[in-house]
Amino acid sequence: MADLSLRSEPKTVPANKSGVNVGRVPFRGGGFTPVSNRWAGVAVFVVLIALIEWGTRSGFISALTLPKPSDVWATFVELYTSGQLANHMVPSITRLIVGAAIGASTGIALGVLIGLFSLVRAGLVPLVAAIFPIPKIALLPLFVIWFGIDEASKYALIAFGTFTPTVVATYGAVDNVDRSLIRMGQSFSLTWWSIVRKIVLPGAMPGILSGLRVSLAIAIILLVAAEMLGAEYGIGAYILQAGSLYDLERLFVGVSILSVLGVTVSAAIGLIEKRLLRWRS
Amino acid sequence: MDLHVEDVTHRYGPMTVLDGIDLPVPAGEIICIVGPSGCGKSTLLRLLGGLEQPTAGAIRQIGAAPADTLNPLTYVFQDFALLPWRSVSGNVSLVLEDHKIAGAEQQAIIDDVLARTKLSDFADALPRQLSGGMKQRVAIARALAVRPAVMLMDEPLSALDSQTRELLMDDLIGLWTREPFTAVYVTHNLAEAVRLGHAIVVLSRRPGRIREIVRLDTPLADRQMGDVALEQVQRHLWQLMREEAEAADKELLDG
Repeated sequence: MADLSLRSEPKTVPANKSGVNVGRVPFRGGGFTPVSNRWAGVAVFVVLIALIEWGTRSGFISALTLPKPSDVWATFVELYTSGQLANHMVPSITRLIVGAAIGASTGIALGVLIGLFSLVRAGLVPLVAAIFPIPKIALLPLFVIWFGIDEASKYALIAFGTFTPTVVATYGAVDNVDRSLIRMGQSFSLTWWSIVRKIVLPGAMPGILSGLRVSLAIAIILLVAAEMLGAEYGIGAYILQAGSLYDLERLFVGVSILSVLGVTVSAAIGLIEKRLLRWRS
Repeated sequence: MDLHVEDVTHRYGPMTVLDGIDLPVPAGEIICIVGPSGCGKSTLLRLLGGLEQPTAGAIRQIGAAPADTLNPLTYVFQDFALLPWRSVSGNVSLVLEDHKIAGAEQQAIIDDVLARTKLSDFADALPRQLSGGMKQRVAIARALAVRPAVMLMDEPLSALDSQTRELLMDDLIGLWTREPFTAVYVTHNLAEAVRLGHAIVVLSRRPGRIREIVRLDTPLADRQMGDVALEQVQRHLWQLMREEAEAADKELLDG
């Protein structure tokens, strides 16, 4: 028997032979992977506000074009201490929650039906496509005639605005559910209802949630539009009053509140995604 | 319960996929179906489980399925088909919930099948945490949970690397030796066929016809890697398939 012991190559550093260049292979990978960095976002805000504050104080930015951030903050504090903030927030949040809940739930329900039944799809997808591009604000007078000048027309406007993007996102998400999983369900003789509840809906959940991100932002946009008519209180009414008086401090307070509202909603959906979609990452 | 494929012909439009297939599937045996790609092996399996209807002929069930069977014809898929949002035990319980099996009885079945597939320690893991071999074990456990009369296995080991495939083949042999089950096992891997098959059905390329049925009488547990007799059978199968595979390889897909 020949001696066939396994021998590992001795590790040697390649000698720099005369005239031969020895260099490290250049690194070409990396990038294209989003890395979470929550401080960068905060830093952008802080720097931007500090710049505006400095510019308005030094006169570099004229007081007519932008209000001083510190004045905006003072106006907000005044709004809060006078108790008016709650008076404006409570009706707005109510309208937002009721309207968005109606719009999103009917949107998800119809989206699932479109995703599941070819006849519903054939009948309703063109209708949804026809409704989608209509600026819902333009329909406000119509809603006032239908539902009156009170809360109902405001709910209807916000609901209608959230409904269409939710439908489109939901049936897209249902379409994207892995068909092989559905076939698996059928091969185990699961009932139709079980397949929908345990395979289709959880499988569509990521798409539905990312659709909700968009439709809830639209709901906030429509909140201002809904409060254009016959609303005494509400963030939208507050902004519109400030706007018609060219009161930039109050305008900015109102707009900032909407921004914070948007960030909060987006963060809430982020939390829900984290809980419901733990199986993904 | 036996199955009998009775003179089955299947067409997709003008294209004949299977032509005059006549094949008994006796209880307690593993029937392997091999053939070049596109010969209709997977179609035959879908017909067997009633996921498609044959154009002509019929699939007959001979005798009743055992009384405790929940889903007589049960598939194991190549891509595992596990619900990624359910844990290992959740994926098994999925197929029991519709049969009104809950609580302690459900838990007993889950514990039993996970033990048989060596998954007891991973009951709460999510599919994304598992390797390919483990995922397929979960799929096999799920199939065992409904106590099938016939298991329909569609290239169950094809998505796995060759070491994992060896391990899982040993596991399947172990499962069968302890408690013989009936299975139709579609594969393109001849080594799998000679290790697991009591009979190996060689299909020709499209339209799929049975070229030969090779019977192997060596007990499954005695078939070892590198067994000379098995290698001979494997060589014989390869000779049968070689030309077909070559011709199938050169076919245009839309031809």
